[in-house]
Amino acid sequence: MKKWFKDLWEGFYTVLVGMNITWRHLFNTNVTLQYPEEKWQLPPRSRMRLFMKYEDCIGCGQCVRACPVSCIYIKAEKRPTTSPAIFAANGQPIKLDVSVFDIDMSLCCYCNLCTYPCPTDCIYMTPEYEFANTDLTQHLYRFAKPNAKFLTVNPKTPATPPAPKTPPAAPPAPAAPATPASGAPPATAPAGA
Amino acid sequence: MDVVYRLLPESLPSWIAVALSAAIPAIILITLMALGPILYVYAERKISGFMQDRLGPMRVGPYGLLQTIADAIKLMFKEAIYPAGADKVLFILAPCLVVLGAFLPFVVIPFGKYLVTADLNVGIFYVTAVASLSTVGLIMAGWASNNKYALFGAMRSAAQIVSYEIPAVMALLTVVMIVGSLSLQDIVAVQAGGLQNWLLFRYFPLMPVAFLVFFTATLAECNRAPFDIPEAESELVAGFHTEYSGFFFAMFFLAEYTEMFVVSATASVLFLGGWQSPFPREWTAWFPIRLSPLWLVGKAWFLIFVHMWLRWTLPRLRVDQLMHVAWKVLLPISLTLVLVIGALVTWGPNRFPWDQLAGVVLSIGILAYLVLTAVAAWRSRARRIKETAEMAA
Repeated sequence: MKKWFKDLWEGFYTVLVGMNITWRHLFNTNVTLQYPEEKWQLPPRSRMRLFMKYEDCIGCGQCVRACPVSCIYIKAEKRPTTSPAIFAANGQPIKLDVSVFDIDMSLCCYCNLCTYPCPTDCIYMTPEYEFANTDLTQHLYRFAKPNAKFLTVNPKTPATPPAPKTPPAAPPAPAAPATPASGAPPATAPAGA
Repeated sequence: MDVVYRLLPESLPSWIAVALSAAIPAIILITLMALGPILYVYAERKISGFMQDRLGPMRVGPYGLLQTIADAIKLMFKEAIYPAGADKVLFILAPCLVVLGAFLPFVVIPFGKYLVTADLNVGIFYVTAVASLSTVGLIMAGWASNNKYALFGAMRSAAQIVSYEIPAVMALLTVVMIVGSLSLQDIVAVQAGGLQNWLLFRYFPLMPVAFLVFFTATLAECNRAPFDIPEAESELVAGFHTEYSGFFFAMFFLAEYTEMFVVSATASVLFLGGWQSPFPREWTAWFPIRLSPLWLVGKAWFLIFVHMWLRWTLPRLRVDQLMHVAWKVLLPISLTLVLVIGALVTWGPNRFPWDQLAGVVLSIGILAYLVLTAVAAWRSRARRIKETAEMAA
């Protein structure tokens, strides 16, 4: 008999506890995002669609070798010595003509491995994710432009004449005061939103 | 009905007048009650959404207001599929019977002093009798579907409704004993003069318990969660309406939500003063018109909200737990109540000296608690929105 009353009270009381919780939640924040109208602010280093800045590519092909799923295709030929010298944004001379630079995003596994070996930081992941398509071939992005405007003046020479052959990771740090003059994107491209 | 009869011109032949005075309230009631579920389904989806920190329907119309209308239209245009081996006559008759059982109680539910289709002298008895008609419909649906899950659901629902009818009627008997009449208008008239005179607070600790028993039992009778084992989707697909599609399915839906309104309206008539205002008569005397239908509908809607609130709070009961609650918990309580209140009505005082005060304190306390927690939750919500905005900036 005592147990019966105890159980009864426990049942009644726990129902009230549950009702209290749901009553509070009735007025709580709704976490639903009305997607096409509202969107998440993605963190700046999120890995979504790959982007390649064609003007900075030196055609070294290190990204092709790094890619575990082989979704990057490059065709590069030796640039004729007679044509004017061109440079990447971090001062590296571009000695190869890149005629094809394709990235197949339907193959890409978003591992970000291609961006690390790039000596000019020209390939990086952007936070853009809305590129769903009904046709798979639409995911083949062609970055090679027939008439791109390359830098014809080395942006680094005035500031750092004694050390032109520093390893690719080093230049941004010492050259930082000098770089803002050029209109090129910052060297730490993947961090840009 | 009488009101309509008196409003009709004298020149009409009496048989036309009688037919019209029956048809006009019927049409008004059926229209309103058929439109009600559209509102309740929207409310249910919104409330469930908010309780789970979601938004609920948002796409069709502003704030998803047209969602249920779109759903209803979709159901109208869907094909009615008859399963192979189904008993076609029973299959079609079953939803009609269920809807009939849900709609017939409206005949006696009083929406105001004169706003009642027929004030039967056996009113509340009629409501319980007619409301169990839907059980027959449910069994018919389960049997005619030629589907084991449908039959399981139907048998469960029959067992459940028959079991829970007993505590519900016992709890209702206490009210009938206090009032001394089965007529719903008489029951409402006893509760005139404000909230402290409601039957809910009569014999203070006793009648609130009777109300809880009645509420729980009627909740089970409409097959709503946590007592929704007849349509437990995790076990029985959809229970008795597994094989129904299109308009017949819509009829089951209509019946379920209408029955929710019926039991809520009955509970508010029996315990919450029906169409009487909860304020003393002196406070509302200045108001030019009586809002009696609004009071009844408001109270019924509040109870419907509690139904939904419970549905999204509690998990579904097991079959044995369900029977345990009915036979070992609710029935002893209601039997004791019948005995004690019967003794009190016969030999004791008309009411306890403290129940008016207790009623006022209890209702104000519950209301204040709900409002305060809601305001607190709302303010923490506003604060969190502000914090996220600051973090994003």
